[in-house]
Amino acid sequence: MAALRSSASLLLGAASRPVLRAAVASPAAMRGMAQVVDGQQQSQTASGDKANLKTFQIYRWNPDTPTEKPKMQSYTLDLNKTGPMVLDALIRIKNELDPTLTFRRSCREGICGSCAMNINGTNTLACLCRIPAEDNAELKVYPLPHTYVVKDLVPDLTQFYKQYKSIKPYLQRDTPAEDGKEYRQSKADRKKLDGLYECILCACCSTSCPSYWWNSEEYLGPAILLQSYRWLVDSRDEKTEQRKDALNNSMSLYRCHTILNCTRTCPKGLNPGLAIAQIKKEMAF
Amino acid sequence: MIAQRVGTTALRRVAGSPNAFFTANIARLGLAQPLSTTQTRPVATQKLTPTDGSAILAQQRLNRPVSPHLDVYDKQQTWFGGSIWMRITGSAFSGSLYVFAAAYLAAPLAGWHLESASLAAAFGALPFAAKGALKFLAAWPFVFHAVNGVRHLLYDMAVGFKRQTIAKSGWYIWGASMVGGLCLAFFL
Repeated sequence: MAALRSSASLLLGAASRPVLRAAVASPAAMRGMAQVVDGQQQSQTASGDKANLKTFQIYRWNPDTPTEKPKMQSYTLDLNKTGPMVLDALIRIKNELDPTLTFRRSCREGICGSCAMNINGTNTLACLCRIPAEDNAELKVYPLPHTYVVKDLVPDLTQFYKQYKSIKPYLQRDTPAEDGKEYRQSKADRKKLDGLYECILCACCSTSCPSYWWNSEEYLGPAILLQSYRWLVDSRDEKTEQRKDALNNSMSLYRCHTILNCTRTCPKGLNPGLAIAQIKKEMAF
Repeated sequence: MIAQRVGTTALRRVAGSPNAFFTANIARLGLAQPLSTTQTRPVATQKLTPTDGSAILAQQRLNRPVSPHLDVYDKQQTWFGGSIWMRITGSAFSGSLYVFAAAYLAAPLAGWHLESASLAAAFGALPFAAKGALKFLAAWPFVFHAVNGVRHLLYDMAVGFKRQTIAKSGWYIWGASMVGGLCLAFFL
């Protein structure tokens, strides 16, 4: 129950908490949705486990005080009482230590792409990144690199989404289906989309790319180019040539210098670098 | 849980809202809905037209800082990656070619001696270690650029993009260029 920030305990103060808890129903009946069960924590403290402390340094910037420079703020958590992932730690910091800490999160299982951030130097999803428990080194959390910061760990991805829109990420086709029902493709053609359709547009790869840092106005970046390739190889799409024409300039595609931070950082294990190389190859031959 | 939540909702209302609100909602606070699980929050919202909204957004954007990038990103990838050193070595070579060529043109006017014979004589007068160091200074970037260039050719054929291959081939290129540079400097 300690993990649950209840307004009652805030109002009445922490000292009165046990009294309040004794007054209401048994712990089993009190259990809500996603909470740490009380008994588990008690058994841990009873068995005398030492607190496994870890310090998190988190980038903070508040738009309400724009003249203040961004700063790093430290929070210390006991890992024995925290879930295994960085997102668990962030949520616990927000719940218990500092409710003003701001970050995006939704699915907590690596499918929505909201909690993309820079953790210990590489971009990844906080929900898929384990808290390194081997050492007690501080864990550093920054927003996605070279993005405009909305608040704390929340980046402004407007440009990223605009670029996604610009590649027309939908099936373009004039001829109707043969059977009038659906556009069919062979198993081999379908297989070409594997490793492309799984992209969740978390922007980890694009914001890991130095080329995208310096040229994000015009260069599309690895995530959007992977999506471009997804539509270029789709056997059902009929606007392949127009799509290629749109990429055929010095900036959109060819600012990729195969630095390949994108492939090394992708939290879904996809390969944007390879997709871009394949576009370049298709454009060349 | 529900019992606790009703308690906290009531407390919050008493604590967080002015008296008028409290009296207006006295019926809802009573026993009419003792098990209501919806929370009412005393939050004020403001209606904005889209133009006002985008004006505020534009104002906000002027203030937004750019998040840190080169300073915080994994140094091994950004500072020791093959890509940036390909550019550094290439620029160094083409830059020094331009500088030397320009100096060679200007040499007769300025009275410098940049002919091959005089350069070779000057170099020959240096001690062994200095010779080796100077040669390595030229040989390492050359080998690095050549070996990494081969990797770029492979990349152009969409080969070698596996995650492990990328990291490994990066280190191989550093190793090969060091060995190659030393060979060129001291055995040639």
